[in-house]
Amino acid sequence: MAQMTMIQAITDAMRIELKNDENVLVFGEDVGQNGGVFRATEGLQKEFGEERVFDTPLAESAIGGLAFGLAMQGFRPVPEIQFFGFVYEAMDAINGQIARIRYRSGGTQNAPITIRSPFGGGVHTPELHADSLEGLMAQQPGLKVVIPSTPYDAKGLLIASIRDNDPVIFLEHMKLYRSFRGEVPEEEYTIELGKADVKREGSDVTLVAYGAMVHSCLKAAEELEKDGIQAEVIDLRTVMPIDFETVMKSVEKTNRVVVVQEAQRQAGMASHIIAEIQEKAILHLEAPVLRVTAPDTVYAFTQAEEVWLPNYNDIIEKVNKVINF
Amino acid sequence: MKRTLENIEKQFETFQILNEEGKIINEDAMPDLSDDELKELMHRMVYTRILDQRSIALNRQGRLGFYAPTAGQEGSQLGTQYALEQEDFILPAYRDVPQLIWQGLPLYQAFLFSRGHYHGNQMPEGVHALSPQIIIGAQYTQAAGIALGMKIRGKKNVAITYTGDGGTSQGDFYEGMNFAGAYKAPAIFVVQNNRFAISVPVEKQTAATTLAQKAVAAGIEGIQVDGMDILAVYAATKEARERAINGEGPTLIETLTYRYGPHTMAGDDPTRYRTEDLDNEWEKKDPLVRFRKFLENKGLWSEEEENKVIDQAKKEIKEAIKKADEQPKQKVTDLIKNMYEELPAHLQEQMEEYKAKESK
Ligand SMILES: Cc1ncc(C[n+]2csc(CCOP(=O)(O)OP(=O)(O)O)c2C)c(N)n1
Ligand SMILES: [Mg+2]
Repeated sequence: MAQMTMIQAITDAMRIELKNDENVLVFGEDVGQNGGVFRATEGLQKEFGEERVFDTPLAESAIGGLAFGLAMQGFRPVPEIQFFGFVYEAMDAINGQIARIRYRSGGTQNAPITIRSPFGGGVHTPELHADSLEGLMAQQPGLKVVIPSTPYDAKGLLIASIRDNDPVIFLEHMKLYRSFRGEVPEEEYTIELGKADVKREGSDVTLVAYGAMVHSCLKAAEELEKDGIQAEVIDLRTVMPIDFETVMKSVEKTNRVVVVQEAQRQAGMASHIIAEIQEKAILHLEAPVLRVTAPDTVYAFTQAEEVWLPNYNDIIEKVNKVINF
Repeated sequence: MKRTLENIEKQFETFQILNEEGKIINEDAMPDLSDDELKELMHRMVYTRILDQRSIALNRQGRLGFYAPTAGQEGSQLGTQYALEQEDFILPAYRDVPQLIWQGLPLYQAFLFSRGHYHGNQMPEGVHALSPQIIIGAQYTQAAGIALGMKIRGKKNVAITYTGDGGTSQGDFYEGMNFAGAYKAPAIFVVQNNRFAISVPVEKQTAATTLAQKAVAAGIEGIQVDGMDILAVYAATKEARERAINGEGPTLIETLTYRYGPHTMAGDDPTRYRTEDLDNEWEKKDPLVRFRKFLENKGLWSEEEENKVIDQAKKEIKEAIKKADEQPKQKVTDLIKNMYEELPAHLQEQMEEYKAKESK
């Protein structure tokens, strides 16, 4: 099996789908000759030509509209938003239009679009490059929101997203792009959207996370093990829809939960997850479900970024609280 | 159907005063600048070139953060800024830090902006500006609002805003010009056409031959200027400013320029999308080279004088970096403090939480 970084796995997934399906089109700002600012589309234009992999003029709203239009012509667009902080420019195109087309056409039209975008913090970008806006997208009915945490998951989830007949927001955490390699099969495979993955088994407490925070949870779990606490780490992989079956199974086993997100605390994914847990499993809980999040400010200026972002110590602190409740 | 496009495009000729050899080719358009003012323009360009070189070096040493190189664009950046009055309002993009500095933003604050410290965004008293815009195009619609505000208040000032060739593809670009045009608001829209938006060449950005012609659809004046000719840039901006404050509406100024360096210092590699030939072609048009020749011919500039500016720039940059280093480290509680005029209860709670963390 090949060892790949997450960005290589992502490129690989697009290459496979460009090969498999001539309706797949990859486009966005700088994705052509330049191979994307993170090199996610490296080599794809050369391999598949300018008609299948191309640069767009600089306008996110038009990238969204273009994807929508191409979908109406039977294509399977895979546009890139260069950094997810720029998605505000495309909010009507995505949330106002793409997300609603199946619904407003009475099920007669659909938009099989996969919008890829780097997001998440910790890599010292300027303003509006590093936000965690998955909650904003997850709040929009009609969209699926996928967030891989490993190279293996990234490839299988991206292929599944491209093949999905509904619009998918595919968010790639910038910190995970090149920070480690993992085993990735060379052949094609898919990972079903909406299925979580237990990244570590444990019996004392459940940690629910996605994206880069999965790794902070795994690190916390290692530390906690030294104190004899066995943490189970659930990687949601898809934050809309969420695999509550896997979450509940774990809750019933551990009876204690901490939900971890890199995003700010207010109105986020964690609130939604906790609401579901208490509705479905309150009698299994031995302690309140706690959250680890960033504080409710706009994303931190780089000089305060390290403290602002949640880390494994914050997770350990909250785990100790639910254990000692 | 009558064809109009070709006729319109033909009218957008590049406005130039000083050619590549440093010769005045358009005497009639020569702005009314004293010898001291001409020297000041050169002083600023030399200083800004050194600042760019030092900023790149400091970034490589890890002593600066986000930085978008400016070398090549001095004529365009400083020529427009020099035509402003202190009460005018600047809405810059991320590459337009020099305009802020010459309008009065202290150097150490420019460095703090680069490092991601909020004090870098706090404009000092007397500098009417926003900190550099990251979202391409956002400043264009905002400029319309600032200009309309000036008009309502009866101020004799302008709002000037900057974007690049890539920025002209954003809806905001058209919306801003169209609003300002509809209100005849005193705005100046500058497009610094350095031929590339990161890697994407301007030819792929639009079917239009010039970017200046995009003014036509908004019903406002547009002009294409040789951005490597600081005199032409200055003259065009000065005129746009006059017309704006006389109630004659906004102007779009396209400056033809080039950035010699990478897009930013965060891993961009121009050899992936630009040829060396193109780089060389544009370096021949350098704004400093031609203006230096022009001044030397007039006996207004010498190597000695240039060296004095270089030394002064280096010394001031060193002092500014030291001052930036001495600023208190930014804390999460500083960020929380600046969220609302009055902190809501949940943020007060978080404030306490982070105070405790920070005092550990
Ligand atoms: C809304 C938005 N989309 C994309 C970007 C990423 N980005 C930053 S600069 C840039 C290219 C801009 O090119 P241009 O307008 O020509 O200005 P230049 O950098 O050449 O000065 C892009 C795509 C951004 N900052 N904001
Ligand atoms: Mg440009």
